[in-house]
Amino acid sequence: MNIFKKLKRFYWPYKKYFFTSLFFLFFVVAITIVYPIVLQLTIDEVVLQERYSLIPYIAAGFFFIMLIKGVSSFFHQYMGDLFGITVVYKLREALYKKLQALSFKYFDNARTGDLMSRKTTDVEGFRNFISFGISDLIEITLLILLSLGVMFYYSTPLALITMAAMPFLAVVVYQFDKRVHPAFRGIRKSFGRLNTRVQENISGMNTVKSLSKEDFEVGRFSDSNDNYRQNYLFTANIWSKYMPVMEFIGNACVVLLLAYGGYLVINNDLSLGALVAFFSLVWYIMGPLMSLGFVINMFSQAKASGERLLEILEAREDVTEKEGAIDTPIKGHVTFKHVWLTYTEDDDKALKDITFDAPPGKIIGLSGPTGSGKTSITQLIPRFYEPEKGEVLVDGRPVDEYKLKTLRKHIGFVLQESFLFSTTIRENIRYGNPEIPEERIIDAAKRAQAHDFIMEMPNGYDTMLGERGMGLSGGQKQRIAIARAICINPSILVLDDATSAVDMETEFKIQQALKEVMKGRTTFIIAHRISSLKHADEILVLEDGEIVERGTHEELAHHNGPYERIYNIQYQDREQIMDTAT
Amino acid sequence: MAKQTSKENRHLNRFYYTVDHAVEKPFNWKQMWRLLTYLKPYSKTYLPGAIIAMFISTVVRLVVPILIGKVVFDIVIANEDMTMLTYMVICIAILYLLSYIGNVFRIKWVNILGQNVIYDLRQHLFSHIQRLSHRFFDSRSGGSIIVRIMNDTNSLQELFTNGIINLLMDTVTLIGIVVILLVLSPKLALAIMVILPIMFYISTKLRRNIRRSWQDVRIQQSRLNSHLNESIQGIRITQSFSQEKENEEYFDGVNTDNFKSWQIAEKKSAMFGPFVEMSNALGTIILISYGAYLILLGETNGGIAIGTFVSFGFYVGMFWEPISRLGQMYNQLLMAMSASERIFEFLDEQPNVVDKIDGADLTDMKGHIEFDHVEFSYDEERTALHDISLDIKAGETIALVGHTGSGKSTIANLISRFYDPTKGAVKIDGYDLRDVRLNSLRRGISVVLQDTFIFSGNIMENIRFGRPDATNGEVIEAAKVVGADDFIQRLANGYETEVEERGNILSAGERQLLSFARSLLADPKILILDEATASIDTETEVKIQAALQRLLKGRTAIIIAHRLSTIRESDNIFVLENGKILESGSHDELMQQHGAYFELVKSQFQMLDAM
Repeated sequence: MNIFKKLKRFYWPYKKYFFTSLFFLFFVVAITIVYPIVLQLTIDEVVLQERYSLIPYIAAGFFFIMLIKGVSSFFHQYMGDLFGITVVYKLREALYKKLQALSFKYFDNARTGDLMSRKTTDVEGFRNFISFGISDLIEITLLILLSLGVMFYYSTPLALITMAAMPFLAVVVYQFDKRVHPAFRGIRKSFGRLNTRVQENISGMNTVKSLSKEDFEVGRFSDSNDNYRQNYLFTANIWSKYMPVMEFIGNACVVLLLAYGGYLVINNDLSLGALVAFFSLVWYIMGPLMSLGFVINMFSQAKASGERLLEILEAREDVTEKEGAIDTPIKGHVTFKHVWLTYTEDDDKALKDITFDAPPGKIIGLSGPTGSGKTSITQLIPRFYEPEKGEVLVDGRPVDEYKLKTLRKHIGFVLQESFLFSTTIRENIRYGNPEIPEERIIDAAKRAQAHDFIMEMPNGYDTMLGERGMGLSGGQKQRIAIARAICINPSILVLDDATSAVDMETEFKIQQALKEVMKGRTTFIIAHRISSLKHADEILVLEDGEIVERGTHEELAHHNGPYERIYNIQYQDREQIMDTAT
Repeated sequence: MAKQTSKENRHLNRFYYTVDHAVEKPFNWKQMWRLLTYLKPYSKTYLPGAIIAMFISTVVRLVVPILIGKVVFDIVIANEDMTMLTYMVICIAILYLLSYIGNVFRIKWVNILGQNVIYDLRQHLFSHIQRLSHRFFDSRSGGSIIVRIMNDTNSLQELFTNGIINLLMDTVTLIGIVVILLVLSPKLALAIMVILPIMFYISTKLRRNIRRSWQDVRIQQSRLNSHLNESIQGIRITQSFSQEKENEEYFDGVNTDNFKSWQIAEKKSAMFGPFVEMSNALGTIILISYGAYLILLGETNGGIAIGTFVSFGFYVGMFWEPISRLGQMYNQLLMAMSASERIFEFLDEQPNVVDKIDGADLTDMKGHIEFDHVEFSYDEERTALHDISLDIKAGETIALVGHTGSGKSTIANLISRFYDPTKGAVKIDGYDLRDVRLNSLRRGISVVLQDTFIFSGNIMENIRFGRPDATNGEVIEAAKVVGADDFIQRLANGYETEVEERGNILSAGERQLLSFARSLLADPKILILDEATASIDTETEVKIQAALQRLLKGRTAIIIAHRLSTIRESDNIFVLENGKILESGSHDELMQQHGAYFELVKSQFQMLDAM
């Protein structure tokens, strides 16, 4: 219940929808019960007593109450739905905002698929209960109680017969629900596995084809396909076992009513009309009872869903803006003072005692093997993570004294994985600065060596990217990502392995262009290729989170350290190669 | 203010999510027939079984109301005949028992039937897609293929499970009721059947209208979900460009649109129930008024007995269910048309590269590759290769050098016969590839690409992908030879460690070592390395080079690479430009020629100096 209390702000403000819906529900249920009574009256009071003059009144009365029922059930359903979808709207809004605000740390440990299913399935699970669950429960209770009341009014023994069937049905329903819900989950899971299997096969089609493993893949697929079929049939089996039993219990009840009721009618202890009414009333009890399991399941699902939603909504935002954070233009002077960083507590230190100074106009190169901490350093500047110890300063001020937006607006980041959005190339380039004029978009694309290939595309800058759009090569994506970073006119530019998929000639041109753009600003370059690092003002060589060497290319190339080693590997054959040419 | 609105609108257009194809299509007999052929394997088993079981429960449902109404009320109770009542009760009980048995088997068989058909269809589609050539995959996104194999087939599930059987059942029920009513009392029957057209209208037209609104909702929902998905994947970009607020505006727009169309759909849906009830009520009113009048008339004067009246009461209540389901069925068929059209479109796709059944077997491949005046174009406007002639002896290592788009990968693709040349011929061991069994050809060739695909499963299975019948010992041996054993042993569960495509357990270099082990296990005669070491850092590459040398031993190798150190060792180097071979020879020869290769090498070094 705690979960529903915590989520109260999403549904309680809209309680008027819920109560309106409930109000109309009472009419719906009451009038449902009236139907068999009308039948009874018609038979007993009109037909058997031959008072046919009453018929127009009965017909008119019946029409009138059905009209009320129609209107009521419309409002009951519509208001209930409106309640549900308003809750969905508010929940989605809150979840979206929250996810936008959570820090990198949160996403490092989260999986897209999992977050997606929370934002879709769990929101839906919660809505179902809010929208129908509660009112279904009330409806079922009311319907059963009222039907029993009418039954007792007509005939106590027949009502008792009906009641005697209820425990049997309840047991079957309980058994059924106990088995069928896990089975449904089984279907969903095996469908998920089948989906993964297909997805892998299609994404890895090149590998499959080049190793000629099509038959092998068909075999693996048919295992998963069969597993799905078996899971489905397992569920169908449960269904075929219990559903007919439930129906049979209801029918058995009808047969008993007919036998005993017929006996009562013959002995004049029961009116004929009442017996007929019983045949309807009995299904008003059996039907709802059968669906009770589903409603209860809805409740437990809503609880579980609510819990998962709260996990997102209550996640800690590690990176928050300080009160009184300032908004001032940034020149780009970056200083690290004895900075330490740990991602998760049990992990090794990602950065150990990092100190350096990068005044505006400087180019800092970062070198070292994968996982040595190059990316970590750059991600501390825009506060994607917080250092454990030490200070990160921009223009002499600790980074947490700036407004987040201010800080990040001035830092152009080209991340290792050049993610592009499903939209036009133009929108992608101006992503960080939607108001930028067209000329500057083109100018940025030209500097990033992207303009030419963009113009070769069928729709130029209007070409759609993304799942259903044009596929770009890794190098093309990287160039668009670079153009995107140039567009925000950054004071600090970070190129995290940003040209790894671009060929050397193009990389050279990009670097020439960036040199011009970044005049008087600070640039950080992370790269494996010595050629990308050579012209840096200072190169920091990292190993296991520590700076093991620092200096210019000329200094490091003969320093007898890791930098020289890499330099030699990349350049060793040079002399030799050129020698053979002469 | 005007500026404000224009700004908001702009954010609403910042992402584009094209939403799926048409959801329904007009009914098409030919296509329906083709779908029904999937029932054929079961036409002697589950199909007739399910129909008989369905028939039993339907007949019981139809007969009981007459028994209760006509017999019990008119004969038993009117004559106060207790023995007859006992008989009737026993008779009805037996009927219900029969219906119980019928239901058990109907549910069972209907599901077996439906699931088998969907299994077959999906299996057929998947196997067919496996046979299709590269050209097919070039022109489609992975997502759109997956949707057809998974979702489109699934949307036919309901049709084959309950749909077809229900269609029969409902038609039988409906006709049954009408016939029974007409027999019991033609006058009353005709009067009550006034509601049938109304019900049909509600069940088809009105429902369709409602479903269209739901379609709008779903389209918007899927747009919303696409954006959610992307917003999570791109969160790092969003935060680093601090576009959170702008995205929230966009999302707010999508969310609001979705809310509005959802509200409309719910409103229409909420009207559906009351309409149905009103038409039912109309039936009841006719029954009460006209029925009572007929009872008054008395049976002898063309009226009806009370029992008939009661039976009518039961039957009127039974009209709606079959009509409703038939209406649903109609809608389902329209959706099935569009789903099956998409499925059949793939099934009708022919592989461009056709396997010759009586083709030669290349099991004992030597690895001698020839290109005989080969021309190739991916599409009509662009010729990728012009008149290429090559001769690569078995066991030779050659390198292909040139800029992006010069045709290096195309040559590699032609050797694996992922495509057929437009002109000329590619030969291995003297056989034109078009005259060779594909399977035997590709078994002899291994390709290592820049990004290796890792399947979810453990390391052992991933390496074994190269040769599924390899023993654990052979897998480990292969890993040792390429130098992957070291890092695998260091993993938490060694060879049993679970890996997955997007997981970050393995580094790029480690993945590449796995793919080397995979290739070694496959033991190909021809090995193609297409930029295999491009995404690996320098130190790792040094380690990999040694593995590479072991892998290349005794095989014909085609190496595509930028890095000189990899290329230099080759027996022969081909320099390509715009799909033509400019020159060829060993490194030393080419360097002395001072031709294109020399210029390429020189310019690379010059660039290094300039940077």
